[in-house]
Amino acid sequence: MDQTNAINTKIKVNNLNFYYGGFHALRNVSMDIPPNKVTAFIGPSGCGKSTLLRTFNRLYELYPGQRAEGEIRLDGENILDKKQDVTMLRTKVGMVFQKPTPFPMSIYDNIAFGVRLYEDLNRNEMDDRIEWALSKAALWKEVKDKLNQSGNSLSGGQQQRLCIARGIAIKPEVLLLDEPCSALDPISTAHIEELIHELKVDYTVVIVTHNMQQAARVSDFTAYMYLGEMIEFDATDKLFTTPKQKATEDYITGKFG
Amino acid sequence: MARSRAAIYQHRRFTNVLMLVISGLTIVFGLFWLGWILFTLLDEGFNALRPSLFTQMTPPPGSDGGLWNAIAGSLMMAVAGTVIGTPIGILAGTYLAEFGRRGWLAPATRFINDILLSAPSIVIGLFIYSVYVAQVRHFSGWAGAFALSLIVIPVVVRTTDDMLKLVPDSLREAAVALGTPTWKMVTLVCYRAARAGIITGVLLAIARISGETAPLLFTALNNQFWSTNMNAPMANLPVVIFQFAMSPYEDWQRLAWGGAILITFGVLGLNILARILFRKKT
Amino acid sequence: MTPQDSASTVSIPETSGAYNSDTFTPHAPIVAIFPHKPQEHRRQQLLDLLFKNTTRFFAFLVFSILAAILISLVYGSSLSLQKFGLGFLFSDKWDPVTGEFGALVPVYGTLVTAAIAMLIGIPVSFGIALFLTELAPNWLRRPLGIAIEMLAAIPSIIYGMWGLFIFSPLFADHVQPWIIKTLGKWPLIGMLFKGPPMGIGMLTAGIILAIMVIPFITAVMRDVFELVPDILKESVYGLGATTWEVVWKVVLPYTKIGVVGGIMLGLGRALGETMAVTFVIGNAHQLNASLFAPGNSIASSLANEFTEAVGDLYPSALIELGLILFLITTIVLALSKLLLQRLARQEGQQ
Repeated sequence: MDQTNAINTKIKVNNLNFYYGGFHALRNVSMDIPPNKVTAFIGPSGCGKSTLLRTFNRLYELYPGQRAEGEIRLDGENILDKKQDVTMLRTKVGMVFQKPTPFPMSIYDNIAFGVRLYEDLNRNEMDDRIEWALSKAALWKEVKDKLNQSGNSLSGGQQQRLCIARGIAIKPEVLLLDEPCSALDPISTAHIEELIHELKVDYTVVIVTHNMQQAARVSDFTAYMYLGEMIEFDATDKLFTTPKQKATEDYITGKFG
Repeated sequence: MARSRAAIYQHRRFTNVLMLVISGLTIVFGLFWLGWILFTLLDEGFNALRPSLFTQMTPPPGSDGGLWNAIAGSLMMAVAGTVIGTPIGILAGTYLAEFGRRGWLAPATRFINDILLSAPSIVIGLFIYSVYVAQVRHFSGWAGAFALSLIVIPVVVRTTDDMLKLVPDSLREAAVALGTPTWKMVTLVCYRAARAGIITGVLLAIARISGETAPLLFTALNNQFWSTNMNAPMANLPVVIFQFAMSPYEDWQRLAWGGAILITFGVLGLNILARILFRKKT
Repeated sequence: MTPQDSASTVSIPETSGAYNSDTFTPHAPIVAIFPHKPQEHRRQQLLDLLFKNTTRFFAFLVFSILAAILISLVYGSSLSLQKFGLGFLFSDKWDPVTGEFGALVPVYGTLVTAAIAMLIGIPVSFGIALFLTELAPNWLRRPLGIAIEMLAAIPSIIYGMWGLFIFSPLFADHVQPWIIKTLGKWPLIGMLFKGPPMGIGMLTAGIILAIMVIPFITAVMRDVFELVPDILKESVYGLGATTWEVVWKVVLPYTKIGVVGGIMLGLGRALGETMAVTFVIGNAHQLNASLFAPGNSIASSLANEFTEAVGDLYPSALIELGLILFLITTIVLALSKLLLQRLARQEGQQ
């Protein structure tokens, strides 16, 4: 926690506990996620990293029986507060999922979807926004001549970049990536990792990955989680070379997991 | 621009709530009709539910009586129709699930079967009339049974096919690895595994034919008197209800409601029984 | 048991159809359990062949039913087809005495009542499916679903009786006058609502039909909505959309092929429904713009007149009506099936 301080924190998690019905999935998790950096959550299957990610945009509320207790402060405001509007929250905190999920419509309409929910742009403004989002997602050159084609006509890696562009188009502040490359081949994965590197200039990126090497490649900070607890959180190079906890070291050196 | 965003947001929230309320209203709408119809049945038919319903025959207009010949006729034709249709349905469904992984017959039969499932039952009645009644030149209980069997068959084919397809291949492989001949594997292993579902299908088919009127209109016709001769016109509940309800006689109308309660609760009862059976066994 | 080299004396039996599929080829010859009984093995082989061919025979039988119905209907209506030709479809005459028949009135009645049923039934079914899949709490879903299916189980004759004795009088006394006073005064639409409020008629028949087809359309819509992957819905919510927006803008377009298939299924049922319509349509062979007027549908004409039809031409004309109904419903149901198959294939590719 040396390189971050209270003022320079985008998301501050305070004693977060999460339950799937009776199952205590996250135990007293606390961390400070710095702005404009890439933070990775790593850990073995079932450690709670995806669960933690999904609390940041309150996506768990779609499912009865799942609940969160504690505080998550985005720029100082507790987003878990019932009074916080969850729809508005999701415009600030965007998410990309494990499998690409293009909507059943044209590429243009896919990107425009979120924008149209919130803003009244005329045709030119919308065109500009779409070009901007697709360029940011490193997809513009490949699709600029086929914006009217269905989102499904793209390859897996392109679809995932489409989803990223779709999330960016509404200009969020935070991007949550839930194992975004797990369904992609190595070359597409490399493209996305390059993209993440560029995205952090404008956004705070939090990525969940089961691939340690990927975390080492793309992230600035890493959190190691195990059985619902956060074991260690540090700058990536420090965590991977000189981990403070034995549990972390065991995981990183492949003793288990 | 900021105000515009807020205005849009308000509009979206309003639309969301409105649509969800309307959706709730539609379910109230559906339940309302269900409740009203069931209530009507009980209300109107209740005073027709006397023992005489089951002991006396359909009366001439203006006098009292019962529905026993109609009930018996319906039972006989339902049993006959089921006995004829079920084996055909199960065997055809077996072909589709067990032997139909290659070739054209299985996909084509499935397609046609699903069309038959929803085909107008009055056309079925017309068909049996043309190929059977017109040939032997008289209406009969058998004709009614044939028409009903044509309604049983698609239901049983469909459920047998679906239930057999649910039996995992690993079970089949285990049987064959022991050297079991195919016919034994299907009858001793697959049928047993899918037994609950197939029986449910038969029950649902019976429930369906119990309520059908149109196929009996020009096949079994009707019979005022007691008769167990399947080779002659046969009394049956739906056609009797049709005749009595559309008549101007109060006695007849009352009997019609009595018959209506019998049919409805019989059908609903069979449906619920089929569900319970299916849930218990699977 | 002395081991014998059975393989050299008995041939490996042909494996039956199911196991020649690409995924599954067993090599366990029947001979394994009958090492020194070649006759027994042969007997099992024959039984297998018998079994397979019996099932194939009955499958073929089912396959042929549709064609058999078509052929018998064409044969039965040949007299009428010859006499009236194509004009049958456009003539509104129906006179058993002079022997002039035309399909226009019954076909019109069939199409109009089905159209009314669809207009009411589709939005209501959509609302119910939406409620069952997105809004209802888990414990409520099964009971509600079962209740809606009960609507489908109620025999159509009951709908007819209820429609005639309970619904129509109330409709005539309370609803129809109100419609005449409001919608009846509007320019074009007003024509649809002219005439005395009798309670029965095309509109009533359409309403009753709507209630009857709602469970069928709802069932397909609900099944199809539940096929939408959770992760797709989460993507939409993740962008900050409301529940209505998720359903209307993504779930519905995603499932539209299946939804249309379900609608066509409902339409097929509405077109063929007999008893409910017969009770309330009024049985009048007349063409009238007003929905309050009595009319006739193909099914109700058949139900009312077939057993009384004397001569040769009269029944033949009625059978031709049956043929028309059969063709219309078969086409609609076939389209429905094709669409639902397309959706299933699309799902399989995801």
